[in-house]
Amino acid sequence: MSTLTLSRGLNEGLRKALEDDPKVLIMGEDVGKLGGVFRVTDGLQKDFGEHRVVDTPLAESGIVGTAIGLALRGYRPVCEIQFDGFVFPATDQIVSQLAKMRYRSRGQVSLPVVIRIPFGGGIGAVEHHSESPEVFFAHTAGLRVVACADAAEAFTMIQQAIASDDPVIFFEPKRRYWDKAEVDTAAGPDSAPPLEAARVVLPGDDVTLLTYGPLVRTCSEAALAARTEGRSIEVIDLRSLSPLDMDTITGSVSRTGRCVVAHEAPVYAGLGAEIAARITEQCFYHLEAPVLRVGGFATPYPPSRLEEHFLPDLDRVLDAVDRTFAY
Amino acid sequence: MPEVPQSVALELYRKMTEIRLFEKRAYDLFMQNLVKGTTHLGTGQEAIAAGVSQAMNDDDYTFTTYRGHNHVLARGTPMTPVMAELLGRENGLMHGKGGSMHLLDTSRGILGAYAIIGAQLVIANGSAFSARYRGTRQVTVTFLGDGATNIGAFHEALNFAAVYKLPVIFICENNKYMEYTPIGAVTAVPRPAADRAASYGLEPVVVDGNDVEAVYHTAAAAIGKARDGGGPSLIEALTYRHGGHSRADPGKYRPAEEVKEWLAKDPIPAYRAVLLSRGVDEAVLDGIDKSAREAVDKATEEAKAGPEPRIELAETNVWADGGHAWRN
Ligand SMILES: Cc1ncc(C[n+]2csc(CCOP(=O)(O)OP(=O)(O)O)c2C)c(N)n1
Ligand SMILES: [Mg+2]
Repeated sequence: MSTLTLSRGLNEGLRKALEDDPKVLIMGEDVGKLGGVFRVTDGLQKDFGEHRVVDTPLAESGIVGTAIGLALRGYRPVCEIQFDGFVFPATDQIVSQLAKMRYRSRGQVSLPVVIRIPFGGGIGAVEHHSESPEVFFAHTAGLRVVACADAAEAFTMIQQAIASDDPVIFFEPKRRYWDKAEVDTAAGPDSAPPLEAARVVLPGDDVTLLTYGPLVRTCSEAALAARTEGRSIEVIDLRSLSPLDMDTITGSVSRTGRCVVAHEAPVYAGLGAEIAARITEQCFYHLEAPVLRVGGFATPYPPSRLEEHFLPDLDRVLDAVDRTFAY
Repeated sequence: MPEVPQSVALELYRKMTEIRLFEKRAYDLFMQNLVKGTTHLGTGQEAIAAGVSQAMNDDDYTFTTYRGHNHVLARGTPMTPVMAELLGRENGLMHGKGGSMHLLDTSRGILGAYAIIGAQLVIANGSAFSARYRGTRQVTVTFLGDGATNIGAFHEALNFAAVYKLPVIFICENNKYMEYTPIGAVTAVPRPAADRAASYGLEPVVVDGNDVEAVYHTAAAAIGKARDGGGPSLIEALTYRHGGHSRADPGKYRPAEEVKEWLAKDPIPAYRAVLLSRGVDEAVLDGIDKSAREAVDKATEEAKAGPEPRIELAETNVWADGGHAWRN
């Protein structure tokens, strides 16, 4: 066991993947010599060479397109997008090619590309640098979409994503890059739950609180605070946003009868809407209250002095939890 | 330029003839409502597909566009699965799931046709990179239209290719139109590809795209250079499509004089005349024509006889585990 930051957990996971499979490559802007703007790829170019950790031109469509071409020939490229808002120039390649080629070729080609995207706010970095674009990709059939929440998860999930034969959009909670956790770097990814499984972070009986990425910590803190008031909240980290682990979700909600979904992304047509609809369809007779959602507002990401207001915090999460008891 | 050996010349003639007859048949089938969706034909542009493919090795890679039947046939993919793909049948190249715009035949190094303008250019760089990683001398060739030179991916791809000196050849088929708009009306330079080459440290290369041997020699030089580690090339091949952009577009936006002028430069009769002047027996060329007609007839029958796709196919091959059930 070692104590690592989330950023370091990713770094160790990437290092293992590079060691285990010569077909794994890393590409992106400043990923080589600098080690990436968040230092996630720190030292990897030095140890694995310029050919496996490639500093690319500033060209997101070019980066993802090149990765697709490499994957067509059996490589497993991992692309870094510097910040959430910079993925949009690559959207054409991701949505129109990466997601669809298996289907249109009737399974003749497989594109095991991972696209790493630091996402979410909380570091005072304004729009383009604080956004949560996961649902654009979750809406696109053919992509897996996942989000890690802490260093241990990051370490295993990045290895699982690279091993996946599906393209994976891998979201990293940027304001948690510096959070530390215990990581067993000797453990293989197979000892962890599969990439598509949700995980119960804190068990509870009264209400199910579903979340992912940066809000896993926020929601865990909220649940601990609620305990002191005698309320037992079950916090579930979804991990996989597409597909959703509905068995874990419905298992919990059927027991608690109440559910709140929290994410930083705007509530409108966000992942919470999909989850609420599915819970209503699958657990209708177990529900004591409607599924409530907590998330960003239907605005562009606000200027940094206002972001506290935009981001769901303990109060907003617990307010929603309280409201589920009002029915 | 040196004359090509007669065996190569007859190959070039055969490829062009087969593509021409195939495309004519595709048009007829479309008019009979047997091709659902749309088709974009390469009629008039056969010399580029034939000349370039002739200069390639069997294990080289091709990327093409929605106007790509010609490039696929020229690499030797049999007509039946291509025709069946246009008809959406299960015996199609992609079992009917790709259609006219998305042909792919990995067994022959054809790594896909792409219908988002410019998309294939950046992807082709990846395949070129893969050859470098494996240490093979394979070259990647990607086709594009004149219209594609104005989209960002073209510029991203050329810069990438030049920076890493990738073994990739970009072949711009300048047929003077992006859909319905003359390319000159929407492009800052007169030669849409060649005038951009210098920005990426490349030589401007322009070739008569209706002269199949000129295309062959130009492509062979670029491919040879790339194979020897000399990096990418951008080639602009001047040509003209005989028909409209797609479907039943009659192409009325083109001046009659211009159409007439280019029909007179049809690459196939022109090459036939060259071969006759070199003493090739007319009966040999007639024989090639006849075999091509028969091959197209046979492919049409076999394609039409193919089963219609089963409804389940609409839901398969989305994810690696085959299942869509998770998400629905
Ligand atoms: C990104 C994108 N924009 C628009 C279109 C619609 N479209 C299809 S073909 C075409 C014209 C392309 O012209 P050119 O590159 O010269 O190729 P040509 O059709 O002449 O072979 C357009 C605008 C598209 N497929 N993709
Ligand atoms: Mg054109």
